[in-house]
Amino acid sequence: MMSPIKRIKKFAARARRRRAGPAPDVSHKTILYLEDITVSFDGFRALNELTLYIDVGELRCIIGPNGAGKTTMMDVITGKTRPDQGSAWFGQTTNLLGLTEPEIAEAGIGRKFQKPTVFESHSVFENLELAVAGNKSAWRTLTAPLTREQRDRIDAVLDVVHLTDRRTATAGALSHGQKQWLEIGMLLTQEPELLLVDEPVAGMTPQETERTAELLMSLAGEHSVVVVEHDMDFVRSIAKTVTVLHEGSVLAEGSIDDVQNNQQVIEVYLGE
Amino acid sequence: MHSLANFIAPLRTDRGGQVFLVLLAIIAIAVPILHLATPDSSALHLSSYSVTLIGKYMCYALLALAADLIWGYCGILSLGHGAFFALGGYAMGMYLMRQIGTRGVYGDPILPDFMVFLNWKELPWFWHGFSMFWFAALMIVLAPSLLAFLFGWFAFRSRVTGVYLSIITQALTYALMLAFFRNDMGFGGNNGFTDFKELLGFDLHKQSTRVALFLCTAIALALGYVICRYIVSSRAGRVIQAVRDAESRARFIGYRVESYKVWLFAFSAALAGIAGALYVPQVGIINPSEFAPINSIEIVIWVAVGGRGTLYGAIAGAVLVNYAKTYLTTELPEVWLYALGALFVFVTIFLPKGAVGLLNRKGAQRA
Repeated sequence: MMSPIKRIKKFAARARRRRAGPAPDVSHKTILYLEDITVSFDGFRALNELTLYIDVGELRCIIGPNGAGKTTMMDVITGKTRPDQGSAWFGQTTNLLGLTEPEIAEAGIGRKFQKPTVFESHSVFENLELAVAGNKSAWRTLTAPLTREQRDRIDAVLDVVHLTDRRTATAGALSHGQKQWLEIGMLLTQEPELLLVDEPVAGMTPQETERTAELLMSLAGEHSVVVVEHDMDFVRSIAKTVTVLHEGSVLAEGSIDDVQNNQQVIEVYLGE
Repeated sequence: MHSLANFIAPLRTDRGGQVFLVLLAIIAIAVPILHLATPDSSALHLSSYSVTLIGKYMCYALLALAADLIWGYCGILSLGHGAFFALGGYAMGMYLMRQIGTRGVYGDPILPDFMVFLNWKELPWFWHGFSMFWFAALMIVLAPSLLAFLFGWFAFRSRVTGVYLSIITQALTYALMLAFFRNDMGFGGNNGFTDFKELLGFDLHKQSTRVALFLCTAIALALGYVICRYIVSSRAGRVIQAVRDAESRARFIGYRVESYKVWLFAFSAALAGIAGALYVPQVGIINPSEFAPINSIEIVIWVAVGGRGTLYGAIAGAVLVNYAKTYLTTELPEVWLYALGALFVFVTIFLPKGAVGLLNRKGAQRA
C-alpha cells in the first residue's frame, strides 16, 4: 500500500501531463516573478515596489508584522487586486496581471485563505469535488459526473487530510482545525503548480501543526509552495528560505538563522 | 434511455418533490374529470372559473420555481421576474392577436384592432412572424431569456450583487412597464391585448380547450420542476450554491462565476416566460400592469413564504399566497396589501425557511 502522500504526488505528476492549458514555462527555474509591485489603498501603500522571485519546487516562508503586505501580495498573485504598477509573471510566459481569478486558478495557482473559507453548507466530499481539477465550464459540470480518476483523487486527498470518516459531514460542522485541513485538501485536489498558503496552522493543535509541516514539506519539490505564517516555530521547522516583508517591500531574505539575527528585522519586530 | 434515467435520478432522494409530483398528477386527473364529466348541478362539479383559477396558480407556481432557482440556489434576488413573465405573455398575446383575423371589431385581416384604431396602415416589423405558432413559441422563450442574458452579462460581469442588483431589476421591470404603456410602442398601450378567439385553431372559450390548456400548464410545471431539480442536484448545482455562499472563493478555485450566473438567470427567465405564455390564454388578457414592480415583489414573497432553496417550497408558497389573495381580495379587498406585508415580515422574522421549513422541522422532531 502506497502512502497517501505518495499517491498525491503520483496524481500531481499525472495531472501535469494532462493539464489542458499550457503549463507555465519554467525553463529558467523560476515559477513566480513579482517585480516592482505597488498597491495603494487611499494613499496607503500596502505594497511598495515589492520584488520577489520564487523558484520551482521551493518552499518559501514569508513573515512580517501585521500590515506588511503579505495578504495583499497574495491578492495580487491570484488576481483579486490589481497593482498600480509592476509586473507579475507565472513562469516566463504567463502574465498574471492580464488574467481573471478563475483563469489564474486554471493556470495552476491555488490559494488557501487566512481565515478558513470552505463552503459551509456543502459536505466535505462536495467541497473537494468543487475544487477538483478538471473542466470547470457550466455545461460540463451540468452534464458530466466526476470521472473515475477525479473520484480516486478525492479519496486519496481525504486520506491525506484525515477526513475520510467525515466525508459526508457538512463542512460547517467541522472543527476549526479540520476546516483548515479541508481547505488544504481543496488545494490538493485542485492540483496547482504553485500553492499560496496563508497562515495554515492558525488554531491547530501541536499535533495538527506537526502534520501540516510534514505535508507542506512533502509537497515542495513536486510543487512550489509559498507559506505566510506568524508562528516562528512552525516557520523554523519547515523553511529553508525566509523572506521578511515590512511596509510593503522585502526587508530581508535568507535562512531562518540569518533572518533572525538580522539587525533590521529585530528592530521591526521588537518595535522602534 | 440511459440519459433519461440520469435525468430523473435526483428525484429518488427528493421527498418533497415526490409529494409535489403526486399531488400535481392527482390534480391533473381530477380537475378535468370534475369539470367535464359531472353535471353543472352536481356538488362535485368544478366551474370553468375554478379550472382557470387553478391553471393560473400553476402558472404562478412555475414563475415561483424560476425565482427560487436563482434566489434560493444562487443568491440572486431578482425583483424583476415579473418582467420576464410579462414578456412571455406578450409574445403569446401577439400570436393570439394575429389569430383573431377578421373577427375583430374592425374586421381587418392583418392589423389587430388597436392598430386600426390608431390609424396605422401596416404591421410594425416586430409583429411579423407572430401569425405562426412556432415563431411565437420561439419568442416566448427567446425574448425573456435574451433580455436576461444581456442584463446578466452587464450586471454580473460588473460584479453588481446584492441589493444593488435587486434595485436594478426593479428599475428594469418599471422601465418596461412605462414603455409598454405607450401606444406608439405597438403593444396596445394601457389596454394591452384581449378578446382572444383561438389558439392553434381551438376555440379558447370551449371547455375542452380550457382543460387542454390546464393540462399543458400542469405538464409544463412538472417538467419545469424536474429540470430545475436536475440542475440543482448536478455538479453545476453545487457550484451555483457555492457561488451563493462564497462567491470569491468559487472564483479562486477556477469557476467563471459570471458565466454560471448568466446562464442560470437566462434559463430562469425562459421558465418565467413560459409561465407567462400559459397564463395569458387562460386569463384572456395581458396588459402593462403585469410589469408593475409590485408583481415582482410578490413573486419573491411567494418563494419566501413557501421556503426558498427547496423548489417545492416555492410552488407551495405561490399557491398558498395566491389562494389567500383570491380569498381576501374578494372578501376584504382593502386588507390584502397589509396582509401581504405582514406575512412577509412574519415569515422573515419567524420562519426564515418558510412553510416547508416548518413542516420539515416538525417531521424531524417526530422522527
